Amino acid sequence: MGSIVDRRQALGLGLSAVASMAMNSAGSPALAANDAGEVIQKFTGGKTPAQTLVNLDLPEIAENGATVPMTVSVDSPMTEQSYVKELLVLADENPNAEVATFRFSPLGGVAEVNTRIRLGGTQHVIALAKMNDGSVHMASKAIKVTVGGCGG
Amino acid sequence: MAPVVKPRIRLDKKEAKIGDVVEVKALVSHIMETGLRKDASGQTIPRKILNKFTCTVNGKEVFAADFKTAISANPYIQFKFKARESGPVILTWYDDDGSTIVGEESIKVT
Repeated sequence: MGSIVDRRQALGLGLSAVASMAMNSAGSPALAANDAGEVIQKFTGGKTPAQTLVNLDLPEIAENGATVPMTVSVDSPMTEQSYVKELLVLADENPNAEVATFRFSPLGGVAEVNTRIRLGGTQHVIALAKMNDGSVHMASKAIKVTVGGCGG
Repeated sequence: MAPVVKPRIRLDKKEAKIGDVVEVKALVSHIMETGLRKDASGQTIPRKILNKFTCTVNGKEVFAADFKTAISANPYIQFKFKARESGPVILTWYDDDGSTIVGEESIKVT
């Protein structure tokens, strides 16, 4: 058991390392496969996202990268005082990093969305949520793709 | 010119009490061409995707999304909103070519 926990912790650390790398590499495109770093930089405005509140659900292995089911939700009361404004989803190895931006409001009242995305290969999917108070939260997940879905 | 696309929309309830969470599932036929693929003669096939989606309930926007090329063909979207007032639930998809696909359901809030 102990070794499993250790492995998971190691994986978690690896993920956050990748995420912070993507963020730091904004000025050095050589490090990033696509524009993920710049997009994150633009979305967060330089803030470091907290690794909380965002739940990103993806299969660990996707057999077909052309259509990968994804559910993202944010723990938020979704009231006028506290709500999620925007939710950005990125894929760090796709030809274009941005997957989609979802916009919520207190009028909607629930910050949850499910859609199907394309993934060009094995990579990390990153979800960033921007709250009405300006704070930024994130979650990321590694996903293994057997057949890529970007064509060409 | 383009065939008329009829989105498939499903609300998990038609009638709700104030504060009830209503789940919307919607599927629309669209190629979602990424602009990255090449045809047999090596010519790049131009991008043609649905780039924006909105949902209004009784005229008020409850959910919206900007889609990029990494959204799968025949985009499926599922989201929720809290019932507040009765009225039409209108879903709109915006195509790169300027056209729109519109679907309508309704909700009765008691």
